[in-house]
Amino acid sequence: MSTPSFGSDELAQFRRTFFEECTELLADLEERLGALVAYSSDIEGLNAIFRAVHSVKAGAGAFGYTVLVGFAHRFEALLDRLRDGKAELDERTLTALVAAADVFSALVDLARQGETPADDFGADVAEELSALLDGETRLAAAPSAATCVPTQAASEDRTYRIVFRPNAELFRHANEPLYLIRELKTLGSLAIDCDLARLPPFEAFSPEDSYLGWTMTLRSSSSPADIAEVFEFVDDECELVIEDIATAPTEPEVTAPPPLQEVAKAEATDAPSEGKPSEIKTSDTKTTGKTGSISSIRVDLYRVDRLVNMVGELVIAQAMLAQQFIESRKQDDPGALQGFEHLAGLTRELQECVMAIRMQPVKSVFSRMPRLVRDVGHKTGKDVRLEMSGEQTEVDKTVIEELADPLTHMIRNAVDHGIEDAATRLAAGKPAGGVIRLSAQHAGSNILIHVEDDGAGLDRDRLLAKAIDKGIVPASAKLSAEEIDELIFSPGFSTAAAVTDVSGRGVGMDVVRRNVQALGGRVQVMSTPGKGTRFTLVIPLTLAVLDGMVVAVGWEKYILPLTSIVESFRPGRGQIRVVPGGGEVVSIRGEFVRLIHLARVFGVSEAVADPCQGLVVLIELANGSKLGVVVDELIGQQQVVIKSLQDNYDPVPGISGATILGNGRVALIVDIEELTRLYDRSVRIAEATRLPVAANA
Amino acid sequence: MAEPQDIPNSGPDAAAAQARQFISFRVGDDEFAIDIMAVREIKGWTETTVLPNQQDYMLGVLNLRGTIVPIFDLRCRFGLGLTTATRSHVVIIVAIGGRLLGMLVDAVSDILTVNAADIRPVPDVDQPIDNAFLAGIIPVGDSMVVLLSLENLFANHGPANAAIAA
Repeated sequence: MSTPSFGSDELAQFRRTFFEECTELLADLEERLGALVAYSSDIEGLNAIFRAVHSVKAGAGAFGYTVLVGFAHRFEALLDRLRDGKAELDERTLTALVAAADVFSALVDLARQGETPADDFGADVAEELSALLDGETRLAAAPSAATCVPTQAASEDRTYRIVFRPNAELFRHANEPLYLIRELKTLGSLAIDCDLARLPPFEAFSPEDSYLGWTMTLRSSSSPADIAEVFEFVDDECELVIEDIATAPTEPEVTAPPPLQEVAKAEATDAPSEGKPSEIKTSDTKTTGKTGSISSIRVDLYRVDRLVNMVGELVIAQAMLAQQFIESRKQDDPGALQGFEHLAGLTRELQECVMAIRMQPVKSVFSRMPRLVRDVGHKTGKDVRLEMSGEQTEVDKTVIEELADPLTHMIRNAVDHGIEDAATRLAAGKPAGGVIRLSAQHAGSNILIHVEDDGAGLDRDRLLAKAIDKGIVPASAKLSAEEIDELIFSPGFSTAAAVTDVSGRGVGMDVVRRNVQALGGRVQVMSTPGKGTRFTLVIPLTLAVLDGMVVAVGWEKYILPLTSIVESFRPGRGQIRVVPGGGEVVSIRGEFVRLIHLARVFGVSEAVADPCQGLVVLIELANGSKLGVVVDELIGQQQVVIKSLQDNYDPVPGISGATILGNGRVALIVDIEELTRLYDRSVRIAEATRLPVAANA
Repeated sequence: MAEPQDIPNSGPDAAAAQARQFISFRVGDDEFAIDIMAVREIKGWTETTVLPNQQDYMLGVLNLRGTIVPIFDLRCRFGLGLTTATRSHVVIIVAIGGRLLGMLVDAVSDILTVNAADIRPVPDVDQPIDNAFLAGIIPVGDSMVVLLSLENLFANHGPANAAIAA
């Protein structure tokens, strides 16, 4: 690593790291931006946004993404004015900031994909930023002179002497003095004198260290604070003195500048008398220190996945070993048995620890929602407030990624369709502004997410009319209120009276339901007319393990997901009815539930054919309907590690995955949502093969 | 086969480069061979977990140290009926196109080192086994071993799915 030039591999690596950081910075920016409220003074929030923009800009400069740098500069300038109190955070500015953040992140994306943005990309937003900047310079000139730099008028040219001597480690923190000097140059006319005194003899020269120092004279209209800000990201890695020599010639420290060696001491002792710049400096380091205090490391996801897999293997191996021991030794060695129990406990705990690594707070998804509510609220002209709780609730990373789409959709729907317009709300005796509550909590091995609005509730008459109109239900159907509410999950169902820009693009809650089902979860709706609608998502915390019920069918064992099992029972003769067409139903507590023989769907021979001899496992499907699955017997409840069949084979209908049981054999996990479809088909095929025989007879 | 037969032998290195190794095994009375480079492991037969609604030559899946591996009955794949597998039967685990699968055969016979030039094309005669499965013939003494094309045997082992989905 002693070569100062980097190979293309290293460069690509740096670039990758840069974009990884960009992703984090942009997420932070988005979150902070979402928290901004017009006419407030959230200095810390503005600082954080500024830092994010600036960090991206610095990296982008190093990689030569000039368009991005140019845009970042304007963005930054406006933020800077806001946090200095030179501009007011009114609605127009806030809108411009949000738009700028969009353009900014789009530019980062383009750079990531290696594409050059079009010349006029984001031009309108850039112009708006410039307009705000110009307007505010004029408006704010006088008050800023009064509040920030009481002794001088802002427009007057002043002369500064700047001594900048970076520490040896400067380069290691990805800083480059050249950029700082170039930025200084944009402030006014700059004369630079380079100090080579610290340059060591060539043998002792280390290419990664910084040796040079600079003494610069700057003629500029900028305030000392503006100049200090150029050095904002290096101020703890250098000796820095900024003196206003032309306008403050009588101060003794300034007229007799200390020799370079003493600058550090001078700066330290003079700091209080330096006034504004040092104040900014200290407050900045404080905030940086606070946000950077979370101790964490960045780990390649692949390594974590491997760890999760290995521990999964360990759990299975441990179970196999224990079972073999119990079978072979017949438990005549209590010491060893105790050892096995201890091992089992440790393994389980290890597994939980490893799973916890993949767990992340849902905050990363939730934090996108305030912005969404504001945007959609704007477009629809509704005043909507979002209340969030449980953002720290943790769930597996893969689950989080899959949550974004359904949540976005539901929140958008809640604003667009759920919340009424202000006039209607007032007429109904509600406050003009609507409220959407988004909350997350743990419930056993699931996470519960509620999306609740205080709007009008589902319009059941219209839902039903629409469903009949679309042929989803027959015109004569008598549906309960809950069944009508369920209709919104039907494919191709959209009730918005007019197709708006916001929702009603033809995809709807059916997509939400499908996404949630793909995660092994369920979505339910509860609506109270006039009071609002509540959606509840129940999603397993992880996709790596599953609470399952092991059932036997013939010689085979299958796993049914425990979350969907309601109960199991052995029906009496009188409970089973055969309906015309050959199907069977079982009556339980007055309800008729369709029966499906797992053995028939999967073609297993030597299984119990009579439900009264076997067991019926009552299952609730994601759409709320029930199903009776006929099996031979229940073996027991077990947490299983999910394995993919598709690594080495093609998807198998009706099977969502596989696992390895304690005896080392593979057991298949049943995809219960697929069962009805498969059963219908197997019945059709059976009928098709029977018909010719019947015709012959 | 598209084996490069026209490259002149310029020394012992070239000869060695052209020598290939095969594992030969028995199904019924016939000897077959596959490229040794595709073979990952050879193990005794153990009961599989049957996957529902598959072709009859698809015997189900096995747990191979935590990986789920599909197992196929080679005899049945040739259309010669199901093997009644016993503990003395052998499963050859091979890697094809990044996927692992196992082939049930009667017994593993030998490792053959063959000069690529000695592999003969399959004569176009009427035979019970689909011609596409065969990649060449290796003469061994006065008998012969049939070289199999793993790709063609298992390229699309999901026709049962397709048939049901249709």
